[in-house]
Amino acid sequence: MKLLTHNILTSHVKGVTKGYPLLIKATEVRVNEVEFNPQFVSRMIPKLEWSALVQAAEGLGHLQDLPSSLIQDYENNEEFLRKVHRVLLEVEVIEGCLQCPESGREFPISRGVPNMLLNEDDS
Amino acid sequence: MKLKDLESCLQQVDVFEDPKVLLEQYPTSPHIAACMLYTIHNTFDDIKDKVVADLGCGCGVLSIGAAVLDAGLCVGFDIDDDALEIFQRNKEEFELTNIDVVQCDVCSLRESAFAKKFDTVIMNPPFGTKRNQGIDMEFLKTALSMATTAVYSLHKTSTREHIQKKANDWKVKMEVIAELRYDLPASYKFHKKKSVDIQVDFIRFSPT
Repeated sequence: MKLLTHNILTSHVKGVTKGYPLLIKATEVRVNEVEFNPQFVSRMIPKLEWSALVQAAEGLGHLQDLPSSLIQDYENNEEFLRKVHRVLLEVEVIEGCLQCPESGREFPISRGVPNMLLNEDDS
Repeated sequence: MKLKDLESCLQQVDVFEDPKVLLEQYPTSPHIAACMLYTIHNTFDDIKDKVVADLGCGCGVLSIGAAVLDAGLCVGFDIDDDALEIFQRNKEEFELTNIDVVQCDVCSLRESAFAKKFDTVIMNPPFGTKRNQGIDMEFLKTALSMATTAVYSLHKTSTREHIQKKANDWKVKMEVIAELRYDLPASYKFHKKKSVDIQVDFIRFSPT
């Protein structure tokens, strides 16, 4: 599970109003090389929940020097875009779980796939 | 990439080993997948550098195709463990890094779940023939809430009028891009004919 995907995911447990962001508890994390596409990264930035991204990266120990708030004029800042690219697309959670911030319900991540299926009692 | 090259490429995608009847698991043929993706990419430019979702991705032929056509990221969504295992295998064999996958029940997603987080949604949803009538419209509704630019989907031609009415209600523009013949080879024990052709519409939906 990439952090870009994590940035999109919310908990839809019954009765939960604020199921975002899901807390990541990782037991295995991998960093893979992904081709850098500055236009894509630049276009994604305004769609992201930036603080959730920073929190997720930090929790995984992969924050490095990603700033806690967006810098100005990031579109032309290749160095910055590369940092964002790394965190969004190259860091992957392979094993662990995602925890709903409101209900505490945990969703397992196994072989890189988060399982968001709900049981009868929580849907 | 030429259409026939894309089709050859997608022929390498592994399909369901033990398809589940109740989930309506049929692989999207490499030919149909290639035609769909080729059009989405060349006519509408809705794949390259875009965030794409594949609802009911199964073993991932559409996701693989989207990734091969340089989607920024393609995220597959499916309910079934076994299909997702094959999806992951395909992703590894093709050595694609711009793909991710989430296990979930598309029908139980609330509208707000991934609202407007994707540029494009591509799908070949279940048609609703196995005690799950209406499932195609559920998939469509969820897809429309997720996409900012367009939803591309296959639906039985026989349901075209019904879908048009819904599209009007939902204030969504509907364009039938092509009529395809979906050739379903006998894949389950109860299938009597060797293969059966189903008329399907390849439709593009976009916000008005």
